[in-house]
Amino acid sequence: MSDPQTALGGQTASGLVELSEATPRGMISLRGDLNDATLKSSVEKLTGTEFPGIGQVSAGQQSAACWMSPDELMIFVSHQERYEALTALRDTLTNQHVLIEDMSDARAIICLKGDLCRDVLGKLTPADLRASILPPGRLRRTRLGQVPAAFWFRDETKAEVLCFRSVAKYVFDLLEMASSGPPLR
Amino acid sequence: MLTLTCPYCGIKSDETELSPGGQAHLVRPDVESDDEAFESYLFLRPNPKGVHFERWRHSSGCGKWFHAARCTMTLEVFGTYSAQTSEPPEHIIATLDERRPNWRQVPE
Repeated sequence: MSDPQTALGGQTASGLVELSEATPRGMISLRGDLNDATLKSSVEKLTGTEFPGIGQVSAGQQSAACWMSPDELMIFVSHQERYEALTALRDTLTNQHVLIEDMSDARAIICLKGDLCRDVLGKLTPADLRASILPPGRLRRTRLGQVPAAFWFRDETKAEVLCFRSVAKYVFDLLEMASSGPPLR
Repeated sequence: MLTLTCPYCGIKSDETELSPGGQAHLVRPDVESDDEAFESYLFLRPNPKGVHFERWRHSSGCGKWFHAARCTMTLEVFGTYSAQTSEPPEHIIATLDERRPNWRQVPE
């Protein structure tokens, strides 16, 4: 099988924070009725974590479920297991109106590491980044510069930015620029 | 800067994360209506300096359409609510009655 190619080939940069493109990750977009019990249990079974509440990321060891909108979830699984996960979901959710699609190659993930993640992101987005509003485990869909993006904090020093693959270079350059220069404080 | 709270995801979004969708609660005249009704629907919209009901889309967020009641003069936001309704909900009307008692009067 051919090797997975991420948008930026694992590009890295360092400045106020350490930037790196994430290793290939399985991303499955699931649209449907998020209040449905079968849908909830099949997502929980797949990710091994609780079903996410509004705006939450429910993260396990290898996988996670992110609440994207009232009818949409983004499910992270390991890149190797994405087809199995896709099949498992499709086999379970047969009697309802759902959309299950492999988005692994359509999205890019950029990881931020360091104490100044909130400061760097704050230069690029109108989102309220205070820890009381956006604690770790909460996903914020917004824009970075001119393009839509989403981000969440794994913990206070690790953040992940999720964007369309087509704008990955732009987003990385933005983050690199925001991350360069002297320390803020 | 106009900040609206999306009723679906509860996020306080600023104007740049939203897309405007024009006037809310418009009723399109049906096929049996006369030309005047259709002209009025297309071109003759009341544009009061004050309370407006508007459609907005949380385009850089959850992507859902919602409605907002706000004052175009002071930018005061009276509330946002689901788009799955054909008229403003009671709590929005109650807020308007309290804050702008004359809001129903259409200006000359």
